[in-house]
Amino acid sequence: MEKETNSNNIQSIIFLKNKRLGALFIILALVMVVLFTQNLDAITQTTLNLTHASSSIMTNDLVLNSRQTIIVIAVIIGLAGIYQLIIGFRSKFTLVLGIVFLLFTFGFIVWSVSGSSINITGLLSVMVVRSIPLIIGAMAGILSERSGVVNIAIEGMMLSAAFTASVVASLTNLWVGLLVGILTGGLIAWIHATMCVKYKANNVISGTIINLFAIGITSYFSEKYIQSLDYAYLNNPGFFFPFEIPLFSKIPVIGPVFFNQNIFAYLMYILVIVLNFAIFQTKWGLRLRSVGEHPKAADTLGIKVNRTRTRAVILSGLIAGLGGSFFSIGSIGSFNEQMTAGRGFIALAAMIFGKWNPINAAGGGLLFGFAESISLKLAIFDVAIPSKILAMLPYVITIIVLGGVVGRNIGPAAGGQPYETESK
Amino acid sequence: MKKNFSMKSANNAIKIFFEEYSKTSSFYILAAIVLGFLFGAVLIILTTDAVYAGFRNSFWEGIQVSFRTMGKTLESIFVGAFGEPKRIISAFQNGDPQTIRIAINPFFESLTVSTPYIITALALTLAFRSGFLNIGAEGQVFMGGIAAVWVGFSTHSLPSIIHVPLTTFSGMLAGALWGAFPGWLKAKTGAHEVITGIMMNYIAVLFVDYMASGPLRDPAVFTPQTPPISEHAQFFRFFEPPIRFHIGFFIAIAMVPIVNFFLFKTIWGFELRQAGLNPQGAKNAGMNTTKLTIMSLALSGALAGLAGANEIQGISYFMNSLNFTSGYGRNAISLALIGGLQPVGAMIAALFFGFFTSASKFMSLRAGVPHHIIPVMQATIMFFIATPALIRTIFRVKKASSEETLITKVSI
Repeated sequence: MEKETNSNNIQSIIFLKNKRLGALFIILALVMVVLFTQNLDAITQTTLNLTHASSSIMTNDLVLNSRQTIIVIAVIIGLAGIYQLIIGFRSKFTLVLGIVFLLFTFGFIVWSVSGSSINITGLLSVMVVRSIPLIIGAMAGILSERSGVVNIAIEGMMLSAAFTASVVASLTNLWVGLLVGILTGGLIAWIHATMCVKYKANNVISGTIINLFAIGITSYFSEKYIQSLDYAYLNNPGFFFPFEIPLFSKIPVIGPVFFNQNIFAYLMYILVIVLNFAIFQTKWGLRLRSVGEHPKAADTLGIKVNRTRTRAVILSGLIAGLGGSFFSIGSIGSFNEQMTAGRGFIALAAMIFGKWNPINAAGGGLLFGFAESISLKLAIFDVAIPSKILAMLPYVITIIVLGGVVGRNIGPAAGGQPYETESK
Repeated sequence: MKKNFSMKSANNAIKIFFEEYSKTSSFYILAAIVLGFLFGAVLIILTTDAVYAGFRNSFWEGIQVSFRTMGKTLESIFVGAFGEPKRIISAFQNGDPQTIRIAINPFFESLTVSTPYIITALALTLAFRSGFLNIGAEGQVFMGGIAAVWVGFSTHSLPSIIHVPLTTFSGMLAGALWGAFPGWLKAKTGAHEVITGIMMNYIAVLFVDYMASGPLRDPAVFTPQTPPISEHAQFFRFFEPPIRFHIGFFIAIAMVPIVNFFLFKTIWGFELRQAGLNPQGAKNAGMNTTKLTIMSLALSGALAGLAGANEIQGISYFMNSLNFTSGYGRNAISLALIGGLQPVGAMIAALFFGFFTSASKFMSLRAGVPHHIIPVMQATIMFFIATPALIRTIFRVKKASSEETLITKVSI
């Protein structure tokens, strides 16, 4: 249904992109000038601390005049708005939108911590940590949806994997836990694939069922066993510690942010690059995409549609299992009921934001990770906005992104449609 | 000889009945329920320590303990849902009204617990029929609740006849607006209502949390919660405490024929169902799909908001994000599907589920079975409903020549 209405909307999207968002930028700039400079005098300064807490390299603090900085940023955003109104950024628009968002948040930070200091590398480091499950989840989503199976079950796969990884890692060691977590994701994905591909059930309903089942079964075992004192040893897995990558971690600012993380972050970088190459440069990727775009044509050419889909969904589950294991053995070192808290869905939003392209989706994941990290960080400062409103930020951004601020993003053409072979 | 013959014909009759019945959609639902309960039973047996101890002694004892565990669980569910028969009889013989009320409380409590499930299941049925999975019902319940609280406590001078419906309608309005927004987004920008709905759920919970601990906080109480609503805005309760049975139950029951009438006897309902079955066809037939999308999700949201208002006006009277947690929206998805997307079916499923939920606290106390068994069984039941082919394999049933059950046919 979405696909047919799409062509009618292209006109309105062009209009939307050119006019309304240009105006939005200008409004943003005005808001910044009016609101953020209101209670700042000319000499208030914001100190940006660029030294990472656990890093040995010292970087000088960046001291900015709060008011001037905000005005400069507002002028840049305003100019971008005017350019957009008159000429338009066209295909570069998503990039510009991301930059404007970052500039605006930067201005927001400068305003809210004016008169004191904030550790920027710490903020960015938390951004990377927070974006790990989102990016890995987005990769899982891309793999499944490129093959034509809508996968909203990522949340459930992640939750189950977080549980089994925690329990098995407590009994053995972290590496076995990680392996079992990954396999759990694959097992759940196999159920999803069976329902969607073999039994041709509605993909969204199947995903909802799996999410419900995952919440139920993990909470059941959690309450029955790991919450009781007798079995508390089942939920004490420890977690992977961050380690520095030699050479890379010496880069100022970026080094400690990206290359002083734990194994999950490094696996994530590799995954994004490998998946991007596999989907767009290999024969396997071509087949995968053809099955998702036009299964009939693919079938005619001798590609086994349903087998390709089943394999892609199971692989997607293995990846989601990796992302899920992060929650328990990659960050806090225990399992809590419903600890994924909707991250599987935000990962899907990152996927849509990146137009089903791994590299772009990773950018989307970083954006959401940044939103989470900033809502955490600013909750500590005495900001005019209450912490509960700030906590809404990732969810609000998800809606704005999905609501087509970046234009209507179109998924694979055969997404969610079961394929029936005719030769029977 | 004669006896043998009648046995044979009876056997035949059963066989014919089974064959015919297996072609209806209610067969699939019933089979799925049986399989779901079987799965739940196996899970309970597998996670009971006593069973393993029994099997260690002897195989036979293990089997016995398994059955005893199941019997104990079932008994605790029955007692938790309906009350203890012995106690009810002795209470009536005693004649003391307070004792009677305590004895019959479980039954009325189950009805009270079922009420929001009935309403939200109807909300989901309506949305499913028009081709949408209104997963945002959870958030709509919260928004309905907070709106009802706000209208309920901010005035004290209105008479009940105005204040009660005003509070209820404000809850419905809040739910409708919260539901219409994803619908509007879906119609205007194509954003998938499932993902935006889930995001709206998180926002609603945080918003209610913020309101209850910030602007609407009752300064007189230590814990963050809103002030209680005015007595004039509360629903009528039929009995004295501890029975909380209130008029909201009958409102919920009254909604069943209303939704049924709307869906199957009005033009709007017809258009919604057509759009649900075949969106492109509905569009080609000249229906305004934008309007239909927004309308169906707004109406569904209004029902969910009613469930939220019902909880406030009938039971808690104030909003506290810690105790106002529900999962109504989440459960309603499965209830609507188990109800076969029929309003009456949704009501039966919700009543069944409500009694089960009401008993679950007692079940986890007496039989040591965590109440999380319920979502597991729900998911299993839905799993089988969504895969009729699997049920046909298990029960060795031939495929019906007619249409497959509607549940799998709805396009979302």
